[in-house]
Amino acid sequence: MRQSPTGPKVLVALGVALLLAGSWWGLTKAPGEVYMGEVQRIMYVHVPTAWNAMLALTFAFVCALCFLLTNAWKWDSRLEAGMEMGVVLSLLLCTQGSIWAKPTWGVWWDWDPRLTTTAVMVFAFGGILALRAFVDDPARRAVWSAVACIVAFVDVPIVYFSVKWWNSLHQAQSTPQTVSSAFHWPLRINAFGILFLWTGLVGLRSRVAALRLRSELGPPLPDAKPSVTGGSRIAGSAS
Amino acid sequence: MKDLLAALRKDLLLQWRGRAQVIAIFAFGAAALLLFSFAIGPDSAALREHAAGFLWLGLLLASTLALAESFEREMEEQALEGLLLLPASTRGLYYGKAIANWAHLALLGIALVPVMVVLYDAATLRLVSLLGVILLGTAGLSAPGTLYAAMTSQTRARQTLLPLLLFPLVVPVLLAAVKATSLLILGDPMGQLRPWTTLLAAFAVIHWSIGGLLFGRVVED
Repeated sequence: MRQSPTGPKVLVALGVALLLAGSWWGLTKAPGEVYMGEVQRIMYVHVPTAWNAMLALTFAFVCALCFLLTNAWKWDSRLEAGMEMGVVLSLLLCTQGSIWAKPTWGVWWDWDPRLTTTAVMVFAFGGILALRAFVDDPARRAVWSAVACIVAFVDVPIVYFSVKWWNSLHQAQSTPQTVSSAFHWPLRINAFGILFLWTGLVGLRSRVAALRLRSELGPPLPDAKPSVTGGSRIAGSAS
Repeated sequence: MKDLLAALRKDLLLQWRGRAQVIAIFAFGAAALLLFSFAIGPDSAALREHAAGFLWLGLLLASTLALAESFEREMEEQALEGLLLLPASTRGLYYGKAIANWAHLALLGIALVPVMVVLYDAATLRLVSLLGVILLGTAGLSAPGTLYAAMTSQTRARQTLLPLLLFPLVVPVLLAAVKATSLLILGDPMGQLRPWTTLLAAFAVIHWSIGGLLFGRVVED
């Protein structure tokens, strides 16, 4: 447990390598787009970021469900890592979207459904991270953030559709089916690059979270999964 | 069901006994409505156009006070722990409190309508529809609001956390309620009111269901 595991580090290295390769391909080899020109090349990181942000938050949602069903601490550590990753990727997504929107639409921000939903997601899940920071009892922190994560995740599609009805301007979604085949490979390589990068980082981050939990729950920590209700009792008996 | 009615009765009684607080929250909402008009300037056409948005923003801001207050009382003298020791279902406690909060917020919304009409000249004759929109919108605010207030009332920095968690979540309520109220005030030639009220109802149904499912886990320990 002292030595950090190599698996996640390999994933991170692989992710960075793929991301470099895919971006190099996208920036130099792939043809420019007819209407948008060079600006369009941001798509090679933007679209994979969007897929992976959704994936990371879905991962956090699954962790939240698993935690509430099993009460195993490992799901809390993974939830923390997955949610942080999802928020970071969503924030990156908004930033990239703004950089692309300025030369294309002439504005930094637009109230289109996906952009607005991403911003709402950043605040919703960022708020849950803030909640985690303000709760000292590990058992309560775990349960509350799992509950809040489930509520926020269920809310995402409602936000999306409500904003969609409210206003719409964004381009149709870019997937390998909707873009020319010359763009496929850099998109796919970058998608896997970002996927490996964040899963590797989640592996490392959840280990940090697990170690912090160990110190919070206090020695002696049983190796068996403690139930959530027992968590505070363990902490109490240690003192 | 009996638990629910008992909890509802307790919360409504508490609100009635603490009606000074209810009035203070209404005054806060009315003050917010007054301040919004300064942001726009004395352009009566623009004010009337944005009246529905101001009404719901004022209601949303005031609702965090009302929701936080509903659990503040439970934290004093560890009343919540006493409630949980009772042989009553936590689901009953949740729905009792959520319905009491709904009543409080709906009342607040209804009370803010005359203020909006006076300040922004935004009258409507479709009062029953307006009442329906207020009831649906406040239902959507109170279910997640009660769930989150239960968590944040027990944390440090609770005044910041409740709006931080609640506001992004209730974006659909705000959008739909503002649109629906605007249509009632400014006229609805295309008959667009129905989809927005349906959205409000769907949001409320979803959040009242998950709130009841998850509340037990939030207060247990």
